[in-house]
Amino acid sequence: MSEAARGVVIAHGGLAAALVEAAERIGGAGEGLIAVSNEECGREEIAARIAAAAGTGSAVLFVDMPCGSCFFAAMHFARGREQVRVVTGVNLPMLLDFMNHPTLPPAESALRATAKGTEAIRHP
Amino acid sequence: MPVLLYRIDDRLVHGQVVIGWGKPMGIGLIVLVDDTVVESEWEQELYRMGMPPEIALECCSLSQAVARAGAWRVDARKSIVLTAEVATMVALCRAIASVERIVLGGLHHKPGRSARLPYVYLTDDELRLLDGLAAEGVKIEAQDLPTSAPIPLSALR
Repeated sequence: MSEAARGVVIAHGGLAAALVEAAERIGGAGEGLIAVSNEECGREEIAARIAAAAGTGSAVLFVDMPCGSCFFAAMHFARGREQVRVVTGVNLPMLLDFMNHPTLPPAESALRATAKGTEAIRHP
Repeated sequence: MPVLLYRIDDRLVHGQVVIGWGKPMGIGLIVLVDDTVVESEWEQELYRMGMPPEIALECCSLSQAVARAGAWRVDARKSIVLTAEVATMVALCRAIASVERIVLGGLHHKPGRSARLPYVYLTDDELRLLDGLAAEGVKIEAQDLPTSAPIPLSALR
C-alpha cells in the first residue's frame, strides 16, 4: 500500500478553504486536503505556504486557474519533484475523487482528478 | 499607442493584471521587465501559458526595456509595463524619462518592509526611491484595480 498523498488546494481569496470545507462535509473530514490562499502575499510567501502544506512527500496541488500567482507558485514547487503533480481548474468532484483514492500515485491521481473534474462540467 | 500603465507588482503577471486591468483597458501587450525571469525560458513559458490569446507577453531585462521603450510607444497595441521591484521601475523611469504615472499594484510582506496598505508593503529605502522619483514629477499612486480609488504616495507613510 502506498503512502497517502496530500491534496493541497491553492486558490484566490477564501475559495480554497471553502472548497476543502465543502469536500469534507460531503466526503468526511480527514487529513488529506489542505487549503492555501494567496490572500495578501507575494510570490515568496505563497511558495512558503505551499511548501508547508505539501510537505516532503507525495502531493497533488489543485489550483483554481491555469494562470496567476497560485498557478505559478504551484508549478515552481512541482518543478523537479516527481512525486508532486499540479491540476488546474479545481472543483468539488475532483476533490471528492481524490479523497476516495488517497493512496494512488500522484501522477495517476492527477489524471483521474482531471477526468473527473472535466466530466462534471456539463450543460444539461 | 502609449503605455497605459506602469505597474509595480511582485506577483508580476496574474489575474488582477490580465483580467482586472487588461480586459477593460483593451490591452494587447504586457511587458514584464525582470532580469531573473528573462534568464529562464521555463519561467517565461509559464507566464505565457497564463495569457489570453489576445494579449502578447514580452519579457525583457532592464537594459533591454530601456532600448525597447520607444517601440512600445509606437506599437499599435495598448500596453502595460510591469516590474516586481521598486528599484527596477525607478531605474526604468529615469532611463526613459517619459513615464508620467506609476501604480503600486501589489508589494507584499518581506523582511524589512512595513504595511502601508493591505496590498502595499514598503521598506524605508523603497519609499525613499519612490519619493525621489515623485520629486522629479512622476505621479505615484497605489491602486490594485481600476475600480479602486487611487491612493497617493504621500498617504503611504
